Amino acid sequence: MSLDPATVRRIARLARIGIDESDLPALQGELNGILGWVEQLNEVDVEGVTPMVGTGHAALRTRDDVVTDGNCRDAVLSNAPDAVGPFYTVPKVVE
Amino acid sequence: MSYTLEGKTGTWEIVVGLEVHAQVISHSKLFSGASASYGGEPNTHVSLVDAGFPGMLPVLNHECVAQAIRTGLGLRARINLESRFDRKNYFYADLPTGYQISQFTHPIVGEGTVEIELGDGTVRHIGITRLHMEQDAGKSMHDQDPTRSFIDLNRAGVALMEIVSEPDIRSPEEAGAYLRKLRQILRYLGTCDGNMEEGSMRADVNVSVRKAGEPFRTRCEIKNVNSIRYVMHAIEVEATRQIEVWEDGGEVDQETRLFDPSRNETRSLRSKEDAHDYRYFPDPDLLPLVVEQAWVDELERGLPELPDDKRDRFIKQYGIPRYDASVLVAEQAIADYYEEVAKGRDARLAANWVTGDLFGALNRTGRGIQDSPISAQALGGMLDLMADKTINGKIAKEVFEDMLETGDSAADIVERKGLKQVTDTGAIDAAVADVLARNADKVEEYRGGKDRLFGFFVGQVMKAMAGKANPAIVNEALKKVL
Repeated sequence: MSLDPATVRRIARLARIGIDESDLPALQGELNGILGWVEQLNEVDVEGVTPMVGTGHAALRTRDDVVTDGNCRDAVLSNAPDAVGPFYTVPKVVE
Repeated sequence: MSYTLEGKTGTWEIVVGLEVHAQVISHSKLFSGASASYGGEPNTHVSLVDAGFPGMLPVLNHECVAQAIRTGLGLRARINLESRFDRKNYFYADLPTGYQISQFTHPIVGEGTVEIELGDGTVRHIGITRLHMEQDAGKSMHDQDPTRSFIDLNRAGVALMEIVSEPDIRSPEEAGAYLRKLRQILRYLGTCDGNMEEGSMRADVNVSVRKAGEPFRTRCEIKNVNSIRYVMHAIEVEATRQIEVWEDGGEVDQETRLFDPSRNETRSLRSKEDAHDYRYFPDPDLLPLVVEQAWVDELERGLPELPDDKRDRFIKQYGIPRYDASVLVAEQAIADYYEEVAKGRDARLAANWVTGDLFGALNRTGRGIQDSPISAQALGGMLDLMADKTINGKIAKEVFEDMLETGDSAADIVERKGLKQVTDTGAIDAAVADVLARNADKVEEYRGGKDRLFGFFVGQVMKAMAGKANPAIVNEALKKVL
């Protein structure tokens, strides 16, 4: 698999990363290098092997349904660039 | 009779599938310990996990899993003992992490089915494709400021069940019936309050049209419709639009649209072409969710009787018509009320009073069964007075109205107003003789063959006795004399 410049541009847009046209060839080369490296895994025959999702047999831990958190608005809003009263604000987004 | 729409080029049928987002009833959120309750002060039901702070890790709420499994069982669906969580990536201001944790490739619940009943009594089965758990988003407010949107994250991270139907729905009526049935099941199970006005149940509607016998054509998705009535309208409006597009030689584009009820139209969301490119991948913070069959069995044993089962039992146990049974099981509280009234009494009569006079009264006074002005015991008490012939059906209506107004018991009202039914044949015979004497001409006509006058005599006797005579005895007495 190899990425063309259009796909690289699209990935950047989906990730909301602005890139210069002049950076495209370099990024394309880097991304294709990474893909090629990972693609070596295709050489391993995994026919009939259940996908491994973690080491050991750890199961997902769950918690009880009790309220143990929240009510910390100041902390929640502490890094909001432009809070108004109890709210975060963002530049208006209306479709 | 199947539902179709007429176009210039002939008859079209519609194909609809629904994705319902149902907010899970739980104390805390799906992956954080913040409160999941509705209506708190802005941004107070928010933990640093919900706000997407770096380094925060999600921990799954056990009860939310139980609620999803209960719902799956209620939909007669397969429970997947192993499921997984994926990240669905998109950018929006009310989604602080930039991804929603959802279940994409391995949902917790697989195929199931929902039985719906239409107005003409037709029964249809709508397939369920899947149910998966996911996080709700926060709320944006666009009307607070000219240049900024305000964000409240109280809802962010609350557990949702997305329930996806097969494209089995063929009319707006079926869509309405499906949503009502789904809501009924969720409420019986206690897994979602089904309150569409508050947004705890919302529907995305997939609509396409086709000529009879064709494969599916391109569909459009109408997002976030928040009432059953609007869903039904939106389907009709969107199907009509698509028929026009096809008939004008155009192509329907697969896109997301919004329904505008005030203008009765759907509008394209003008969304960028990337809207559906969510780049799902397994959430590395969460291991696969493995549940034991024994736990599923335990949850199943704890389920309440479901509406379809209850309806079938009512038909069998109480000998009432299917329609009445369906009406009585619409809400669990109504069914409980009815069973309390019917217990040890004439169950059909009880059904008539509950679905007739009581529902009428509740409608008139704008109340629900929970705050009915007449309790089940009180209504039962009135039926007892009918059963032992203390009052007849006509007087019962009067007693009922009085109970509604005063809240007194039927026995007290009968006592207070002196409404006890007269079964004394002497008094009835006297009234009969009096009525016949005063209407000698009509008696002649009756004897001359005008049978219809019998009802007139009954009415006159009842009137003379202020409605309190036992109708059977009056009939008897009249027949004898005439």
